[in-house]
Amino acid sequence: MLIRALIVTVALAGSASAVYADARSDAKAQVEFGIKVAQNGLWKEAAYRWKKAVELDPTYAAAWNNLAIAYEQQGDFDNAEEAYAKAVALDPDNVMIRQNYDLFREINDRTKRRRDS
Amino acid sequence: MTARSAAAIASLVLCGSLACTNFYEIPIETPIQPKMDVSGFQRVLIAGFIGGGTEDVDANLETVRLLRSQLRSKSSLRVIEAEALPLAQLATKARAANGGSPGEAAGDESIQPVSQLQQSAPDQELQVRNEKDLERYQGIFADAEFWKRIGEEYQNPLIVTGTVLFTPHQNSGFVIENRETYDQFGRRRVTPVRTYMERKGFILTPKFIFIDGRTGATLHTEQFREEILYNAQQNTPALSSYFELMDKLIPSFLNALSTQKVRGTRVLLK
Repeated sequence: MLIRALIVTVALAGSASAVYADARSDAKAQVEFGIKVAQNGLWKEAAYRWKKAVELDPTYAAAWNNLAIAYEQQGDFDNAEEAYAKAVALDPDNVMIRQNYDLFREINDRTKRRRDS
Repeated sequence: MTARSAAAIASLVLCGSLACTNFYEIPIETPIQPKMDVSGFQRVLIAGFIGGGTEDVDANLETVRLLRSQLRSKSSLRVIEAEALPLAQLATKARAANGGSPGEAAGDESIQPVSQLQQSAPDQELQVRNEKDLERYQGIFADAEFWKRIGEEYQNPLIVTGTVLFTPHQNSGFVIENRETYDQFGRRRVTPVRTYMERKGFILTPKFIFIDGRTGATLHTEQFREEILYNAQQNTPALSSYFELMDKLIPSFLNALSTQKVRGTRVLLK
Protein backbone atom coordinates (compact mmCIF):
# COMPACT_ATOMS: atom_id res chain seq x y z
CA MET A 1 0.00 0.00 0.00
CA LEU A 2 2.69 2.41 1.09
CA ILE A 3 4.84 1.52 -1.87
CA ARG A 4 1.90 2.09 -4.25
CA ALA A 5 1.27 5.57 -2.75
CA LEU A 6 4.93 6.39 -3.10
CA ILE A 7 4.92 5.34 -6.73
CA VAL A 8 1.85 7.47 -7.44
CA THR A 9 3.43 10.50 -5.72
CA VAL A 10 6.67 10.14 -7.65
CA ALA A 11 4.75 9.73 -10.91
CA LEU A 12 2.68 12.85 -10.20
CA ALA A 13 5.78 14.88 -9.30
CA GLY A 14 7.46 13.64 -12.45
CA SER A 15 4.58 14.60 -14.69
CA ALA A 16 4.29 18.02 -12.97
CA SER A 17 7.96 18.71 -13.56
CA ALA A 18 7.57 17.58 -17.17
CA VAL A 19 4.69 20.03 -17.61
CA TYR A 20 6.81 22.76 -15.98
CA ALA A 21 9.76 21.92 -18.24
CA ASP A 22 7.47 22.09 -21.27
CA ALA A 23 6.04 25.45 -20.20
CA ARG A 24 9.52 26.83 -19.60
CA SER A 25 10.85 25.60 -22.93
CA ASP A 26 7.83 27.05 -24.79
CA ALA A 27 8.25 30.33 -22.90
CA LYS A 28 11.96 30.32 -23.67
CA ALA A 29 11.24 29.97 -27.39
CA GLN A 30 8.97 33.02 -27.17
CA VAL A 31 11.62 34.97 -25.24
CA GLU A 32 14.32 34.17 -27.77
CA PHE A 33 12.12 35.17 -30.68
CA GLY A 34 11.22 38.38 -28.82
CA ILE A 35 14.92 39.21 -28.42
CA LYS A 36 15.51 38.75 -32.13
CA VAL A 37 12.69 41.04 -33.17
CA ALA A 38 13.55 43.64 -30.50
CA GLN A 39 17.07 43.76 -31.90
CA ASN A 40 15.48 44.71 -35.22
CA GLY A 41 13.45 47.46 -33.58
CA LEU A 42 10.11 45.61 -33.66
CA TRP A 43 9.21 46.33 -30.05
CA LYS A 44 5.47 45.68 -30.33
CA GLU A 45 6.05 42.19 -31.65
CA ALA A 46 8.69 41.64 -28.98
CA ALA A 47 6.27 42.75 -26.25
CA TYR A 48 3.64 40.36 -27.64
CA ARG A 49 6.11 37.46 -27.51
CA TRP A 50 7.26 38.23 -23.96
CA LYS A 51 3.65 38.61 -22.81
CA LYS A 52 3.01 35.12 -24.17
CA ALA A 53 6.13 33.89 -22.39
CA VAL A 54 4.96 35.13 -18.98
CA GLU A 55 1.52 33.65 -19.61
CA LEU A 56 3.12 30.29 -20.34
CA ASP A 57 5.46 30.51 -17.38
CA PRO A 58 4.67 33.25 -14.85
CA THR A 59 7.79 32.34 -12.83
CA TYR A 60 10.18 33.22 -15.68
CA ALA A 61 12.04 36.27 -14.38
CA ALA A 62 13.93 36.96 -17.63
CA ALA A 63 10.65 37.15 -19.56
CA TRP A 64 9.24 39.66 -17.05
CA ASN A 65 12.45 41.68 -17.32
CA ASN A 66 12.25 41.79 -21.12
CA LEU A 67 8.56 42.63 -21.04
CA ALA A 68 9.30 45.51 -18.67
CA ILE A 69 11.90 46.85 -21.11
CA ALA A 70 9.39 46.64 -23.97
CA TYR A 71 6.81 48.55 -21.91
CA GLU A 72 9.44 51.14 -21.05
CA GLN A 73 10.38 51.58 -24.70
CA GLN A 74 6.69 52.18 -25.48
CA GLY A 75 6.27 54.71 -22.68
CA ASP A 76 3.91 52.49 -20.67
CA PHE A 77 5.51 53.22 -17.30
CA ASP A 78 2.84 51.67 -15.06
CA ASN A 79 3.07 48.26 -16.70
CA ALA A 80 6.86 48.53 -16.89
CA GLU A 81 7.01 49.17 -13.15
CA GLU A 82 4.80 46.15 -12.47
CA ALA A 83 6.79 43.87 -14.76
CA TYR A 84 10.16 44.96 -13.34
CA ALA A 85 8.85 44.42 -9.79
CA LYS A 86 7.78 40.88 -10.71
CA ALA A 87 11.15 40.15 -12.32
CA VAL A 88 13.03 41.36 -9.23
CA ALA A 89 10.73 39.42 -6.90
CA LEU A 90 11.29 36.22 -8.89
CA ASP A 91 15.06 36.64 -9.14
CA PRO A 92 16.20 39.07 -6.44
CA ASP A 93 19.90 38.28 -6.87
CA ASN A 94 20.02 39.01 -10.58
CA VAL A 95 22.25 42.08 -10.92
CA MET A 96 21.17 42.79 -14.52
CA ILE A 97 17.47 42.89 -13.69
CA ARG A 98 18.21 45.19 -10.73
CA GLN A 99 20.31 47.47 -12.92
CA ASN A 100 17.55 47.71 -15.54
CA TYR A 101 15.01 48.43 -12.82
CA ASP A 102 17.21 51.14 -11.25
CA LEU A 103 17.71 52.87 -14.60
CA PHE A 104 13.97 52.75 -15.27
CA ARG A 105 13.12 54.09 -11.81
CA GLU A 106 15.49 57.01 -12.27
CA ILE A 107 13.53 58.13 -15.35
CA ASN A 108 10.15 57.28 -13.87
CA ASP A 109 10.80 59.19 -10.63
CA ARG A 110 12.06 62.20 -12.54
CA THR A 111 8.95 62.18 -14.73
CA LYS A 112 6.65 61.89 -11.72
CA ARG A 113 8.44 64.72 -9.89
CA ARG A 114 8.09 66.97 -12.95
CA ARG A 115 4.42 66.12 -13.33
CA ASP A 116 3.73 66.83 -9.65
CA SER A 117 5.60 70.16 -9.64
CA MET B 1 48.58 23.04 -25.70
CA THR B 2 47.02 19.91 -27.12
CA ALA B 3 44.57 19.99 -30.01
CA ARG B 4 41.82 18.88 -27.64
CA SER B 5 42.36 21.69 -25.12
CA ALA B 6 42.57 24.27 -27.93
CA ALA B 7 39.28 23.03 -29.30
CA ALA B 8 37.74 23.18 -25.82
CA ILE B 9 38.85 26.80 -25.35
CA ALA B 10 37.64 27.74 -28.82
CA SER B 11 34.26 26.16 -28.21
CA LEU B 12 34.00 27.96 -24.85
CA VAL B 13 34.77 31.30 -26.51
CA LEU B 14 32.28 30.55 -29.27
CA CYS B 15 29.71 29.42 -26.73
CA GLY B 16 30.29 32.56 -24.65
CA SER B 17 29.92 34.87 -27.61
CA LEU B 18 27.12 33.17 -29.51
CA ALA B 19 25.07 30.19 -28.51
CA CYS B 20 25.40 30.33 -24.73
CA THR B 21 24.99 34.10 -24.38
CA ASN B 22 22.18 34.67 -21.94
CA PHE B 23 22.01 38.44 -22.10
CA TYR B 24 21.95 41.11 -24.80
CA GLU B 25 22.57 44.79 -24.29
CA ILE B 26 20.07 46.78 -26.31
CA PRO B 27 19.68 50.53 -26.89
CA ILE B 28 16.26 51.89 -25.96
CA GLU B 29 14.54 55.25 -26.24
CA THR B 30 12.16 55.89 -23.38
CA PRO B 31 9.47 58.37 -24.42
CA ILE B 32 8.53 60.96 -21.82
CA GLN B 33 5.00 62.22 -22.34
CA PRO B 34 4.54 66.00 -22.58
CA LYS B 35 3.22 67.82 -19.53
CA MET B 36 0.66 69.74 -21.56
CA ASP B 37 -1.93 68.62 -24.06
CA VAL B 38 -1.20 70.74 -27.13
CA SER B 39 -3.35 68.72 -29.52
CA GLY B 40 -5.69 71.72 -29.88
CA PHE B 41 -2.91 73.84 -31.40
CA GLN B 42 -1.20 73.66 -34.75
CA ARG B 43 0.99 76.71 -34.35
CA VAL B 44 3.16 78.16 -31.62
CA LEU B 45 4.15 81.79 -31.15
CA ILE B 46 7.22 82.54 -29.07
CA ALA B 47 5.92 85.99 -28.30
CA GLY B 48 8.78 87.47 -26.31
CA PHE B 49 10.11 87.70 -22.79
CA ILE B 50 10.76 90.27 -20.15
CA GLY B 51 14.49 89.86 -19.89
CA GLY B 52 17.25 91.39 -17.86
CA GLY B 53 20.10 90.87 -15.45
CA THR B 54 22.98 91.94 -17.67
CA GLU B 55 23.48 94.19 -20.65
CA ASP B 56 25.86 91.72 -22.28
CA VAL B 57 23.04 89.49 -23.48
CA ASP B 58 19.64 90.52 -24.82
CA ALA B 59 17.76 87.81 -22.92
CA ASN B 60 14.51 88.53 -24.74
CA LEU B 61 15.81 88.23 -28.31
CA GLU B 62 18.25 85.40 -27.63
CA THR B 63 15.59 83.34 -25.85
CA VAL B 64 13.08 83.92 -28.64
CA ARG B 65 15.61 82.83 -31.28
CA LEU B 66 16.77 79.79 -29.34
CA LEU B 67 13.31 78.47 -28.48
CA ARG B 68 12.08 78.94 -32.02
CA SER B 69 14.98 77.02 -33.49
CA GLN B 70 14.52 74.23 -30.94
CA LEU B 71 10.78 73.98 -31.56
CA ARG B 72 11.25 73.99 -35.31
CA SER B 73 13.26 70.78 -35.17
CA LYS B 74 11.88 69.08 -32.06
CA SER B 75 8.15 69.74 -32.05
CA SER B 76 5.26 69.03 -34.36
CA LEU B 77 3.88 72.57 -33.91
CA ARG B 78 4.48 75.10 -36.67
CA VAL B 79 6.59 77.97 -35.37
CA ILE B 80 5.27 81.43 -36.24
CA GLU B 81 7.96 83.75 -37.51
CA ALA B 82 7.22 87.17 -36.05
CA GLU B 83 9.26 89.84 -34.36
CA ALA B 84 9.59 89.45 -30.60
CA LEU B 85 7.23 91.58 -28.57
CA PRO B 86 8.77 94.24 -26.31
CA LEU B 87 6.79 93.11 -23.30
CA ALA B 88 8.59 95.36 -20.81
CA GLN B 89 7.75 98.43 -22.90
CA LEU B 90 4.16 97.33 -23.35
CA ALA B 91 3.72 96.71 -19.63
CA THR B 92 5.28 100.08 -18.82
CA LYS B 93 2.99 101.83 -21.27
CA ALA B 94 0.00 100.07 -19.75
CA ARG B 95 0.98 101.23 -16.27
CA ALA B 96 1.42 104.77 -17.52
CA ALA B 97 -2.10 104.64 -18.99
CA ASN B 98 -3.56 104.53 -15.45
CA GLY B 99 -3.25 100.83 -14.96
CA GLY B 100 -4.91 99.93 -18.25
CA SER B 101 -4.13 96.71 -19.98
CA PRO B 102 -1.14 96.55 -22.35
CA GLY B 103 -3.59 95.84 -25.13
CA GLU B 104 -5.39 99.10 -24.43
CA ALA B 105 -2.10 100.98 -24.21
CA ALA B 106 -1.15 99.81 -27.66
CA GLY B 107 -4.29 101.37 -29.01
CA ASP B 108 -6.25 99.98 -31.91
CA GLU B 109 -3.20 99.39 -34.07
CA SER B 110 -1.49 96.03 -33.94
CA ILE B 111 1.06 95.63 -31.21
CA GLN B 112 4.47 96.92 -32.31
CA PRO B 113 7.49 94.61 -32.39
CA VAL B 114 10.74 95.21 -30.48
CA SER B 115 12.57 96.94 -33.33
CA GLN B 116 9.95 99.71 -33.60
CA LEU B 117 9.69 100.33 -29.89
CA GLN B 118 13.30 100.12 -28.78
CA GLN B 119 14.11 103.76 -29.54
CA SER B 120 11.12 105.23 -27.78
CA ALA B 121 11.41 103.26 -24.55
CA PRO B 122 12.41 105.08 -21.38
CA ASP B 123 15.55 103.00 -20.71
CA GLN B 124 15.98 103.70 -17.01
CA GLU B 125 12.52 102.54 -16.16
CA LEU B 126 12.88 99.41 -18.27
CA GLN B 127 16.07 98.14 -16.70
CA VAL B 128 15.54 94.78 -15.07
CA ARG B 129 18.37 93.83 -12.76
CA ASN B 130 16.81 91.31 -10.39
CA GLU B 131 13.67 89.42 -9.39
CA LYS B 132 12.29 92.48 -7.64
CA ASP B 133 12.48 94.53 -10.84
CA LEU B 134 10.64 91.76 -12.66
CA GLU B 135 7.71 91.94 -10.25
CA ARG B 136 6.72 95.28 -11.79
CA TYR B 137 5.89 93.51 -15.03
CA GLN B 138 4.20 90.35 -13.81
CA GLY B 139 0.72 91.77 -14.39
CA ILE B 140 1.07 91.50 -18.17
CA PHE B 141 1.00 87.70 -18.00
CA ALA B 142 -2.36 87.66 -16.23
CA ASP B 143 -3.93 90.03 -18.75
CA ALA B 144 -6.09 87.58 -20.71
CA GLU B 145 -7.51 90.30 -22.99
CA PHE B 146 -4.03 91.30 -24.12
CA TRP B 147 -3.04 87.72 -24.95
CA LYS B 148 -6.35 87.01 -26.62
CA ARG B 149 -5.70 89.95 -28.88
CA ILE B 150 -2.24 88.66 -29.74
CA GLY B 151 -3.84 85.25 -30.34
CA GLU B 152 -6.37 86.71 -32.78
CA GLU B 153 -3.59 88.46 -34.65
CA TYR B 154 -1.74 85.17 -35.18
CA GLN B 155 -4.74 82.82 -35.67
CA ASN B 156 -5.05 81.43 -32.15
CA PRO B 157 -1.70 79.76 -31.58
CA LEU B 158 -0.18 78.45 -28.39
CA ILE B 159 1.70 81.45 -27.01
CA VAL B 160 4.98 81.08 -25.13
CA THR B 161 6.15 84.03 -23.07
CA GLY B 162 7.58 84.71 -19.61
CA THR B 163 10.64 86.21 -17.96
CA VAL B 164 14.35 85.51 -18.37
CA LEU B 165 16.83 86.78 -15.83
CA PHE B 166 20.50 86.25 -16.66
CA THR B 167 22.62 87.73 -13.89
CA PRO B 168 26.37 87.79 -13.24
CA HIS B 169 27.39 85.91 -10.14
CA GLN B 170 30.54 85.58 -8.03
CA ASN B 171 31.31 82.93 -5.50
CA SER B 172 34.66 82.48 -3.83
CA GLY B 173 35.48 79.64 -1.50
CA PHE B 174 37.06 76.24 -1.13
CA VAL B 175 36.55 73.74 -3.92
CA ILE B 176 37.75 70.16 -4.32
CA GLU B 177 40.17 69.83 -7.20
CA ASN B 178 41.57 66.58 -8.54
CA ARG B 179 45.33 66.88 -8.74
CA GLU B 180 47.42 64.47 -10.82
CA THR B 181 50.68 63.17 -9.38
CA TYR B 182 53.20 60.59 -10.61
CA ASP B 183 55.23 58.46 -8.22
CA GLN B 184 58.81 57.31 -8.72
CA PHE B 185 57.63 54.39 -10.86
CA GLY B 186 55.69 56.70 -13.16
CA ARG B 187 52.30 55.60 -11.89
CA ARG B 188 49.58 58.21 -12.16
CA ARG B 189 47.60 59.09 -9.07
CA VAL B 190 44.69 61.48 -8.73
CA THR B 191 44.33 63.10 -5.34
CA PRO B 192 41.45 65.39 -4.31
CA VAL B 193 42.81 68.67 -2.93
CA ARG B 194 40.86 71.45 -1.21
CA THR B 195 41.77 74.75 -2.86
CA TYR B 196 40.57 78.31 -2.31
CA MET B 197 39.32 79.69 -5.59
CA GLU B 198 37.73 82.88 -6.81
CA ARG B 199 35.01 82.03 -9.24
CA LYS B 200 32.61 84.00 -11.34
CA GLY B 201 29.82 83.09 -13.66
CA PHE B 202 26.11 83.53 -14.26
CA ILE B 203 22.73 82.51 -12.94
CA LEU B 204 19.91 81.92 -15.41
CA THR B 205 16.36 81.97 -14.04
CA PRO B 206 13.80 81.70 -16.82
CA LYS B 207 10.08 81.37 -16.26
CA PHE B 208 8.15 80.06 -19.27
CA ILE B 209 4.46 80.80 -19.44
CA PHE B 210 2.27 78.92 -21.90
CA ILE B 211 -0.86 80.80 -22.90
CA ASP B 212 -3.88 79.70 -24.89
CA GLY B 213 -4.11 82.15 -27.80
CA ARG B 214 -7.85 81.48 -28.13
CA THR B 215 -8.76 82.56 -24.60
CA GLY B 216 -5.70 84.37 -23.28
CA ALA B 217 -5.64 82.05 -20.28
CA THR B 218 -2.42 80.67 -18.81
CA LEU B 219 -2.20 76.92 -19.42
CA HIS B 220 1.06 76.05 -17.78
CA THR B 221 4.08 77.68 -16.13
CA GLU B 222 7.61 76.35 -15.81
CA GLN B 223 10.35 77.94 -13.75
CA PHE B 224 14.01 76.95 -13.78
CA ARG B 225 17.25 78.00 -12.17
CA GLU B 226 20.67 77.09 -13.51
CA GLU B 227 24.03 78.50 -12.56
CA ILE B 228 27.55 78.17 -13.80
CA LEU B 229 30.85 79.25 -12.25
CA TYR B 230 34.26 79.50 -13.84
CA ASN B 231 37.71 80.17 -12.49
CA ALA B 232 37.98 83.98 -12.15
CA GLN B 233 40.94 84.02 -14.56
CA GLN B 234 38.91 82.34 -17.27
CA ASN B 235 37.30 84.84 -19.60
CA THR B 236 34.08 83.26 -20.85
CA PRO B 237 31.77 85.46 -22.95
CA ALA B 238 28.35 86.03 -21.39
CA LEU B 239 26.57 84.80 -24.51
CA SER B 240 28.31 81.43 -24.48
CA SER B 241 27.47 81.04 -20.78
CA TYR B 242 23.87 81.86 -21.61
CA PHE B 243 23.76 79.10 -24.24
CA GLU B 244 25.54 76.66 -21.93
CA LEU B 245 22.89 77.21 -19.26
CA MET B 246 19.98 77.15 -21.69
CA ASP B 247 21.26 73.84 -23.09
CA LYS B 248 20.68 72.28 -19.68
CA LEU B 249 17.04 73.27 -19.42
CA ILE B 250 15.91 73.07 -23.05
CA PRO B 251 14.93 69.36 -22.75
CA SER B 252 12.62 70.23 -19.83
CA PHE B 253 11.14 73.14 -21.75
CA LEU B 254 10.52 70.95 -24.80
CA ASN B 255 9.00 68.24 -22.66
CA ALA B 256 6.24 70.66 -21.65
CA LEU B 257 4.82 70.50 -25.15
CA SER B 258 6.30 67.56 -26.98
CA THR B 259 7.29 63.98 -26.27
CA GLN B 260 10.97 63.71 -25.50
CA LYS B 261 13.05 60.56 -25.72
CA VAL B 262 15.62 59.52 -23.15
CA ARG B 263 18.27 57.33 -24.72
CA GLY B 264 19.77 54.50 -22.71
CA THR B 265 20.62 50.82 -22.73
CA ARG B 266 19.00 47.85 -21.02
CA VAL B 267 19.88 44.19 -20.79
CA LEU B 268 17.55 41.61 -22.34
CA LEU B 269 17.77 38.16 -20.75
CA LYS B 270 17.14 34.65 -22.08
